Amino acid sequence: MTSGDAFFYLFSAVAVASGFMVISSRNPVHSVLFLILAFVNAAGLFILLGAEFLAMILIVVYVGAVAVLFLFVVMMLDVDFNELKHGFLQYLPLGAVVGGIVLLELIVVVGGWTIAPAELRVSAAPVSSSVSNTMALGEILYTQYLYFFQIAGLVLLTAMIGSIVLTLRHKVSIRRQSISEQNRRNPHESVQLQKVPSRMGL
Amino acid sequence: MTVGLTQYLIVAAILFTLGVAGIILNRKNIIIILMSVELILLAVNVNLVAFSAFLGDLTGQVFGLFVLTVAAAESAIGLAILVVYYRNRGSIAVEDINMMKG
Repeated sequence: MTSGDAFFYLFSAVAVASGFMVISSRNPVHSVLFLILAFVNAAGLFILLGAEFLAMILIVVYVGAVAVLFLFVVMMLDVDFNELKHGFLQYLPLGAVVGGIVLLELIVVVGGWTIAPAELRVSAAPVSSSVSNTMALGEILYTQYLYFFQIAGLVLLTAMIGSIVLTLRHKVSIRRQSISEQNRRNPHESVQLQKVPSRMGL
Repeated sequence: MTVGLTQYLIVAAILFTLGVAGIILNRKNIIIILMSVELILLAVNVNLVAFSAFLGDLTGQVFGLFVLTVAAAESAIGLAILVVYYRNRGSIAVEDINMMKG
């Protein structure tokens, strides 16, 4: 067993264990932290496969953005999570059965997967050993898959606008600055000069 | 046992199964359901990258990049909906989501 194989077993064991903890942990904060651990180990698997760029993007996007978003929402919502855990034992047999069947089917399907040698010659974007993974990805992403790249940007823009529209609300109790109103003021309506009689007041 | 394509596919299959089981088990907690969806998408990404590496074809990694984009967008929208829902109802239990029922 080479060291690469040892690292494969290490990363995959930790990823599977933390994936299990994500769905079985009592505290959602722990779930998010185990999700981060699963993503980091999956990034390790990607590095073993030679996909360095995707591994780094996985860490940046998932650990840096998505997991922090999850943590933020979990901590912002003041929910009694123990109450939400009640159905867990009730659904455990069903979940175990469905999960077992899916796993069995997937292992039967992919277990004996072999690649026909003819397939290796019809690759759409062959990996060249002369350039780095990032450069090779960029070379086909910005040429062959340009439209898909732009559409991915549009998807992100839609998500951004959608979540802003969903969560933005204007409270009537908050006094906001109105610049046009400020600019429209003139001395005649904002300053009042009054003659105050002596010892009378206004 | 030397590590080949099969081992990667089995790891991805286990992660996928954990995600599916998580959706069924935590039917009340929508945050865990969203996390399970992320696990499923991660398993899909492992599959895509494994095939890309063993077939010597970069297209799988490009597709994995797009899956990552869609997953990020999905979780952002999902959590935004969750926050709005919590603001309106004061709970995040999935059974309470029946406001649109006639």
